[in-house]
Amino acid sequence: MAIKYIPVTTQYKQDRLAVLKPFSPKGAAYDEMYFVRWLGGLKLKYVALAALLWPAIAFAQSGGYGMGDAFEALLRWIPFLTFQGFLYNVLISIFAMTIGTVAGMALGLGQLSNISAVRRFAYFTTQIFRNSPWLVILFVILLAFPFEVTVFDITIPIPAWMKAVVGLSLPVMANISEIVRGAVRSVPSTQWEAAESLSFNRTQTMWQIILPQCFKRMIPPWMNWYAILTMATPLCSLLGVGEIITHSRQAMAAENNYPELLVPFYGYALVVFFVYCYPIARLTIALEKRFAFK
Amino acid sequence: MINWSPEQPIVSIHNVHKSFGPLEVLKGVSMDIMKGEVICIIGPSGSGKSTLIRCINALNDIQGGSITLEGQEVHDEKLDKLELRKKVGMVFQQYNLFPHKTVLENVMMAPIKVLKESKVEAQKRALELIKKVRLDGKENSYPGELSGGQQQRVAIARSLAMRPDVMLFDEVTAALDPETVKEVLITIQDLAAEGMTCILVTHEMAFAREVADHIYFTDRGVIVEHGSPKEFFDNASDPRTKEFLSQVL
Repeated sequence: MAIKYIPVTTQYKQDRLAVLKPFSPKGAAYDEMYFVRWLGGLKLKYVALAALLWPAIAFAQSGGYGMGDAFEALLRWIPFLTFQGFLYNVLISIFAMTIGTVAGMALGLGQLSNISAVRRFAYFTTQIFRNSPWLVILFVILLAFPFEVTVFDITIPIPAWMKAVVGLSLPVMANISEIVRGAVRSVPSTQWEAAESLSFNRTQTMWQIILPQCFKRMIPPWMNWYAILTMATPLCSLLGVGEIITHSRQAMAAENNYPELLVPFYGYALVVFFVYCYPIARLTIALEKRFAFK
Repeated sequence: MINWSPEQPIVSIHNVHKSFGPLEVLKGVSMDIMKGEVICIIGPSGSGKSTLIRCINALNDIQGGSITLEGQEVHDEKLDKLELRKKVGMVFQQYNLFPHKTVLENVMMAPIKVLKESKVEAQKRALELIKKVRLDGKENSYPGELSGGQQQRVAIARSLAMRPDVMLFDEVTAALDPETVKEVLITIQDLAAEGMTCILVTHEMAFAREVADHIYFTDRGVIVEHGSPKEFFDNASDPRTKEFLSQVL
């Protein structure tokens, strides 16, 4: 029997055939990397536009203490706000991240331990610090720990910023713990079986075979948490730690607290955080894409 | 002390029962395998073939019966499973190579880390084994850069590096392209010719007929029939075997 071919033109296909197009939601995927996805997804041209328009507001006003005067005041304070202020935000974030990463790695491996007591303790600790408000943790650390310790007649003061570092490192630790657990779980169980059949013990399998495979996968979410942590460092101003927001308030007080100062000063803090975190977010997304196809 | 001499079966499986929850996968399986024999286990999907060979190196536990390897009870709770697995090599359907290591590192790793061989010694032997599976020149490639058949041969070399007494092959050609199946089968054939004890779960009937000393046919958790390839393929008596053979041959 001869086969009859039915001619199908492109036009026909486009007009008549019901095609279910793939569903593609707009915007950043709401997963654990939501923050950097959103931040890194901002278009550079809009960012540049906003940066240009922001000081322009200053010249829209005149008479009395205007925006122009407020911006002049800001210009005088910028070196102080940056090097006595924001630099400390960066330092606090780096210290807190270092402590949080080391502790979080240990806690994450604890969640995967063979010993059920260790596993339960690690799970419980992770959940507590992952789901508590950061500010509450900060206050508890500030108030629960002494402001100085005496060891053999030597009194060592514990400055508030050190406590802030510890306080901020705790939620970071809990989230790194989850990253480690998730990454290890993402390695197929057949890798464990292959290692087992070659007589590797559990520790060897973990350190020689599983962890090297998921190390790359942990970098983007780890950077995501670094960006979130940096954004959270102004919380320290509530503890009186010298950082950008604390210093902005002091600077505004020194300028007689004109309401016009609020927009330029807090706006500057916003810009500085953005300038620091935006490249991190872009790099994180780029790295995630690169590692995804490996 | 374990009394075992090479005249006795190297692997002895006796009345093994294995369940996954309420599902009984092995319902009293027995077989004896002598040193240097090549055994093929064939049968329909879900008949417990893979489960059985995974029980031999204790990747799966058993609920009843016994499995001995060189006279040693495999499922003895006091037994160091890692010591046992040094004697048993296993090759999987999905190769399961370590993707972050090169071919050479994949083969060298276990001897260095587990057998504590020196790096020089392990590397020398790894290169020999890679040559033996006809992959010389690919030492520094990563598994992702190799074809399925090549990866499977690396997996065989990786197992052989542990100097096992018994090799288990779990449907090693099932995930391969027809062209690359042959190169893997030739490698296994070479091993069998050298006197390695091999236990294969396979769907390659022609291969089983050619290399096996003994064929076991399993269905629904029991061994339905077994015999030499000639007896098995030409004079199968059980209706289930006949039906299976009529479908695959």
